[in-house]
Amino acid sequence: MDLDFISEHFPRLLKATKLTIELTCLSLFFGIFVGVFFAILRTSKNKILFFISYYYSYIFRGTPLLVQIFIIYFGLGQVEWIRESFLWIFLKEPYSCAILAFTLNTGAYSSEIFRSAFETINKGILEAAEGLGLNKTHTFFKIKLPIVIKQSLPAYGNEMILMLKGTSLASTVTLLDLTGVAKHIISTTFRPVEVFIVAGSIYLLMTFIIHNFIKFLEKRLYYPK
Amino acid sequence: MGLLAYGDTGWGDELFFATLMTIAVAAAAIFIGFFLAAIFASFKLSKIRILNLIGSFYTTVFRGVPELLVIYLFFFGGSGAVMYVAKIFGYDGYIEINAFITGAISIGIISGAYSTEVFRGAIQSINKGQFEASEVLGFQKKIYYYKIIIPQMLRLALPNISNVWQITLKDTSLISVTGLVEIMRMSYIAAGSTRDPLFFYSFAAVLYLFLTFFSMKLFNKLEQHYNKGY
Repeated sequence: MDLDFISEHFPRLLKATKLTIELTCLSLFFGIFVGVFFAILRTSKNKILFFISYYYSYIFRGTPLLVQIFIIYFGLGQVEWIRESFLWIFLKEPYSCAILAFTLNTGAYSSEIFRSAFETINKGILEAAEGLGLNKTHTFFKIKLPIVIKQSLPAYGNEMILMLKGTSLASTVTLLDLTGVAKHIISTTFRPVEVFIVAGSIYLLMTFIIHNFIKFLEKRLYYPK
Repeated sequence: MGLLAYGDTGWGDELFFATLMTIAVAAAAIFIGFFLAAIFASFKLSKIRILNLIGSFYTTVFRGVPELLVIYLFFFGGSGAVMYVAKIFGYDGYIEINAFITGAISIGIISGAYSTEVFRGAIQSINKGQFEASEVLGFQKKIYYYKIIIPQMLRLALPNISNVWQITLKDTSLISVTGLVEIMRMSYIAAGSTRDPLFFYSFAAVLYLFLTFFSMKLFNKLEQHYNKGY
């Protein structure tokens, strides 16, 4: 262990952590909406909507994230009408491509989490809501959603950690996130162990924070049955 | 479809062998993982505190750090470590480790961290009476573990082993950064030389879906087979 070496490169790694956090937060934020949307489609009685959401989650959970990023970043640019449309402003940048891929990926996993949470809602509660004369939007926001949030919290915490790890793939499309910078330092200095220890500890610290944050929320949302 | 022709004109045969390579790396990795998991799960279940700590350290680090970072560690650090050991034994030359071995070991270590938790959970869910009965019947610890506990444990662990296999299969795509020619690397080469990335990466996605689909079917069959008596 060479402390001078570590203190020389630590600031760069810390700077790159900012991008990692940014990518994680943005994709999780958009991913929640995608996840809830497809979870609702999944419970719909319309067969076409059901199949769309079923195959969406099947395809994105059955293929590696790397393939998804590469299709979006390298593949979509090949389609002429995409290059000519306004979408190209976003899709030519690796940053937005990475966020799009992460969002769709985490959306697929979280749609499964939310779906199973929706399914655990007791029928009696919904009947009671109907009996009390609540309309559909009220039932959704005041009754269904709070139950779903509470139910899916532990599983969603795992998904957050997986997404944090997933953002390391941004380095394959030229973004310099924590892993990207770590790789760059390793390949120029050939000191893989030190860099791994530092970058790894930063990742572990972040997973630790997420883990405890979820635990804290679980405690806050706990109510006796 | 001409792009997928078999032989010199298309990429069909190359992609076929690349798929076999993906399966081979994933299989090697999961077996390395099982081996490590057997050791670290026993550490985690042991009554000795220091072994518990080692076990937790292993699973926390390799489940909390991105796979790509672990692969870079072994890719750049692997030959250095081997050369260091070789130097102690008096060999001074340059040693390069094969990309397959680097990949299988790095993915194996990650997969092992997940398998450790699976094995630990499965052993813990076996009825205590089984252990007590085995002891009362006078079996040696080694024998009752192999003959009584592990066979029961594997049945309980099967659904989760299936999950770990899916994760491992998908993680092998990351080894493409080391240059090992598996599905992802081959698609990258094909996409580069034909300038048709959309087609080849989509085809790679189809190959992965095909692999995950069939392994799921296989595991379902296995589960049915081992749950016959229950």
